[in-house]
Amino acid sequence: MPIEVIKPGLSTTVQDRGRTGYYHVGVPPSGGLDQFSLVAANLLVGNAAGAATLECAYMGPELRFTEPVVVAATGAEIEPKLNAEPRPGWTSFAVSAGDVLTFGHLKRGARMYLAVSGGIDVPEMLGSRSTYTLGALGGHDGRALQAGDELALGSSGDGAAGRSVPEALRPDLPNELEIRVVMGLYDHLLTDAGRKTFLATTWTLTPVADRVGFRYKGAQLDMVKREQPFGAGSDPSNIVDAPYPIGSIQVPGGAEPIVLHRDAVSGGGYAMIATVISADMDAIAQSAPGSKTRFVAVDLEAALAARRERADRISRLGGVFG
Amino acid sequence: MSSADATSARYSWGADEHLFVEMAEAMSLEAYFRSMAVVTALRERRPEGVLEICPANASYQVRFNPDTLAPDRLEALLREIEAEVGDAHDFTFDTRIVEIPVLYGDPWTHETLMRFRDRHQDPDATDLEYAARINGFDDAQGFIDAHSGAPWMASMVGFVAGLPFLYQMVSRGRQLEVPKYVRPRTDTPALTVGHGGCFGCIYSVRGAGGYQMFGITPVPIYDAKQELPDFRDFVCFFEPGDIVKFEPIGRERYDELRGEVERGEISIRQKPVTFNLEEFHADPDGYNARLLEVLRAD
Repeated sequence: MPIEVIKPGLSTTVQDRGRTGYYHVGVPPSGGLDQFSLVAANLLVGNAAGAATLECAYMGPELRFTEPVVVAATGAEIEPKLNAEPRPGWTSFAVSAGDVLTFGHLKRGARMYLAVSGGIDVPEMLGSRSTYTLGALGGHDGRALQAGDELALGSSGDGAAGRSVPEALRPDLPNELEIRVVMGLYDHLLTDAGRKTFLATTWTLTPVADRVGFRYKGAQLDMVKREQPFGAGSDPSNIVDAPYPIGSIQVPGGAEPIVLHRDAVSGGGYAMIATVISADMDAIAQSAPGSKTRFVAVDLEAALAARRERADRISRLGGVFG
Repeated sequence: MSSADATSARYSWGADEHLFVEMAEAMSLEAYFRSMAVVTALRERRPEGVLEICPANASYQVRFNPDTLAPDRLEALLREIEAEVGDAHDFTFDTRIVEIPVLYGDPWTHETLMRFRDRHQDPDATDLEYAARINGFDDAQGFIDAHSGAPWMASMVGFVAGLPFLYQMVSRGRQLEVPKYVRPRTDTPALTVGHGGCFGCIYSVRGAGGYQMFGITPVPIYDAKQELPDFRDFVCFFEPGDIVKFEPIGRERYDELRGEVERGEISIRQKPVTFNLEEFHADPDGYNARLLEVLRAD
């Protein structure tokens, strides 16, 4: 096999653009949480935009290559080192047979994407190579990588070393974020004061931040006291179990909002009060525990405009290497 | 587009990719069937840009690509279908009835519930004893008889892959209701038969959970490796709309069935049925009895 995993990192999974069509039976989309960085890494090494990459949370792996390839690391700022020699991020470079790739400490962001020319070749499950660890589905044996794993590669693309994503196209990775949300779903279960508190609070991301969801602390939200509907459960934040949108924000007990990401639990009985716009899900993916976040309410039109801007940024990436 | 009329649904955007539709705030078979009727019609007409159609207990959700399907066009279509469907009182659909054997009060959920007694409403009772008491039964056996007597409908599948939420097909007055744990557990055995609010469930995989734990089934309902015969086509057994009958079994039968699982021979007993809400309401117990005859016929 062309890649041997010497050390897996903290949580390294195979991810592509995810799977569609199975959320109604609880199989979430999965795929890279920061899709912009995933696409960028693939284009840098000459892969199709949606090839499978390694998503590495907080820490890079240690990998030995047994054949020549081209690789690129994007997303979080974690310095790649080839045989202990530093290499730039957001830039493709050549790797020879026998080389060992390691990474420095995390400086900014949370998730690094490592693309290898040819793409990581694991079997497609339900139309995607992405790992859904809760369901032990897809990726490498349905789980995060472990020391001793070996990875195959797809048929090689036209990998070229020395390609770089222009600075202007790289994400900012700030420690203080403004995340745009569309209010709705069950936000009528918040009192006016609860709603104001939600939007006025500077929330801190807790260490409970993984592919399923990101939990924040910062304030208690006041919820409407009502007679609970039949089947909804006894807490004012309970609803009759309903589907959860990807990006939806739920507030169990009115405390500690949780933003669901691409390995979301697909439904449940906690009121959702807002949904993060699709264009800001990459920024959520790159927020590390401790980062400060404010949720800013926008309307659907603004969400659609932001979506078009993000699509335009992705197509400019394509243009750079096209 | 207002929703003044009491039976009309509530539409709300989950940002730019989701439209959430609540048929009713409270759970009922009526609300569920209105949601299923809309979802069925939407699947038939499925316009380009619809990515996911997720029916739930008293609501449903559509994930869409707004680049190909404008949000206002999707909303107009869903409202049009809602009007066509009306109260869905005569909604009929083809489904199946399946038998799920259950070892109630099994040693594995018992070990787990004892570990989390500090998170429970009644630390001195088991989950079964507690549920029996607050639902007015003399003992756990009375509760088990009610739980396994009438069939249940899988009104939603999800949370994690393949997990069915089950609503018992009895009148509101006979619904079993139990609160969730005071604080959720960090562990639940795979295949635990649980209950929270008015919903039963079967945990498809091991993991966190807040539902009361009554027993365990020996038969897998999720198989990511697709090794068992029931999973050749797909990794999840349950689909929304499935009808479930729990069958109490003893330890000996449990061990036999686990042996079949290990040999890769097990398959869940299932029969096709057609369900009609109006006929069900005319005589729920009689209708359920006929469903069970279909299940047991050879």
